[in-house]
Amino acid sequence: MTALAVSYRLDLVTVPTLLRVENGVEVDRREGWLREQWEELTGIAGLGADLPEYRVLRMLAGTTRAAEELVAVVPPDLVPATVEKVAVNAVLAGRKPEYLPVVLAAVEAACTDAFDMHGLLATTYFSGPVVVVNGPIPPGDPDERRHQRARAGQPGQRDHRSGAAAGDAQRRRRSTGRDGPGGVGQPGKLPFCFAGDEEGSPWEPLSVSRGAPPGRSAVTLFAGDGVRGIADQISRTPESLARSFALVLRTVGHPKLPLGFDACLLVVRPEHARTFRAAGWSRDRLLTELTDLLRLLGEEIVRGAGGIAEGAPEKTVAATGRPTHAEVPAGRTADRACR
Amino acid sequence: MSRVVLDPTGERGVAERERPTRPASLDGLRVGLLDISKPRGDVFLDRLAQRLAERGIEVTRYRKPTPAKPPPVDLRHEIATHCDLVIEALAD
Repeated sequence: MTALAVSYRLDLVTVPTLLRVENGVEVDRREGWLREQWEELTGIAGLGADLPEYRVLRMLAGTTRAAEELVAVVPPDLVPATVEKVAVNAVLAGRKPEYLPVVLAAVEAACTDAFDMHGLLATTYFSGPVVVVNGPIPPGDPDERRHQRARAGQPGQRDHRSGAAAGDAQRRRRSTGRDGPGGVGQPGKLPFCFAGDEEGSPWEPLSVSRGAPPGRSAVTLFAGDGVRGIADQISRTPESLARSFALVLRTVGHPKLPLGFDACLLVVRPEHARTFRAAGWSRDRLLTELTDLLRLLGEEIVRGAGGIAEGAPEKTVAATGRPTHAEVPAGRTADRACR
Repeated sequence: MSRVVLDPTGERGVAERERPTRPASLDGLRVGLLDISKPRGDVFLDRLAQRLAERGIEVTRYRKPTPAKPPPVDLRHEIATHCDLVIEALAD
């Protein structure tokens, strides 16, 4: 029976509601948050130690940072957010204390000038913060962590608590900083967070490439929109795969707006990574090849070309000749260590 | 009985500022035209600049580096220092 069905059968309209049942028959009930009433009904002293105010304290145990420490000033209203405030939101998002450092790091990174959360909240485009988690968080069994990471490698899958935690808590930060209107929504605006498969990857962790010390847990934030799959089951050479990637990457935003949508987050799945590993391609090599493959002819992307009014402005095309479509990953990203 | 309420929100009211009074005339005022860098905002502002020039009104052009961020502090300061009013263009 679903939770909703239980609520309907028992005529529950308030959370929480406590029922006293004797011989299968309800004899009393209490609705609301007054602990004294719960104790009166149940005869249990201190009932509800798992409720929010306690859960926030438990959440705070997940970090060494002081509760009153300022994490970030959250746009667009520029509201100061303390560790405790983030913890309250993390509790509401249903997260585990051991992942609080991920959430804190994500909030911190989101509120940097480089990431520009203001623009992300104010735009009518449907992008949202994508959080990539690297490093040995949570502490514990590496095999279990790898298993979690493998599952978390599919954005949108909510099993991985740090993933959903950072995503949900990010979204909740907007309740703190105030969300703006969007022209259109997409599900990735909420829990778009995943971890890199570091044990299985042919390359060093993304965080290390971006300057974090090896072995240190860190988050990388990227302002992205929805997930777009790249289906290539035939390529067995890195050259062929890179061409497939480049072709799909051209469609981000609009194939004729390379200067407006010049960044993407490319996730290379294990079966494709195997091909790059076997051929000895580094991540830098792939990026270099993609950059070359994504050099486009100005005459093909200028406004009006192909019978499409949208496109690169005439003066831009004239100035650059062959604008580069994408460097991967670039654009609006920010990094922060977890602590 | 003591109860602790933990507020997940910003707990702060949004600052509200009075809008300045709309000037009765632009004569003698220094007007700034701020292009926020959206496509074709310049088309709109070019036309405004032309119309204002015809009326003998002094116009200074400004441009945000990107529409995605608030204007840099120094740009805001420059506009506030050198203009009596600013017209900000959003276009697509």
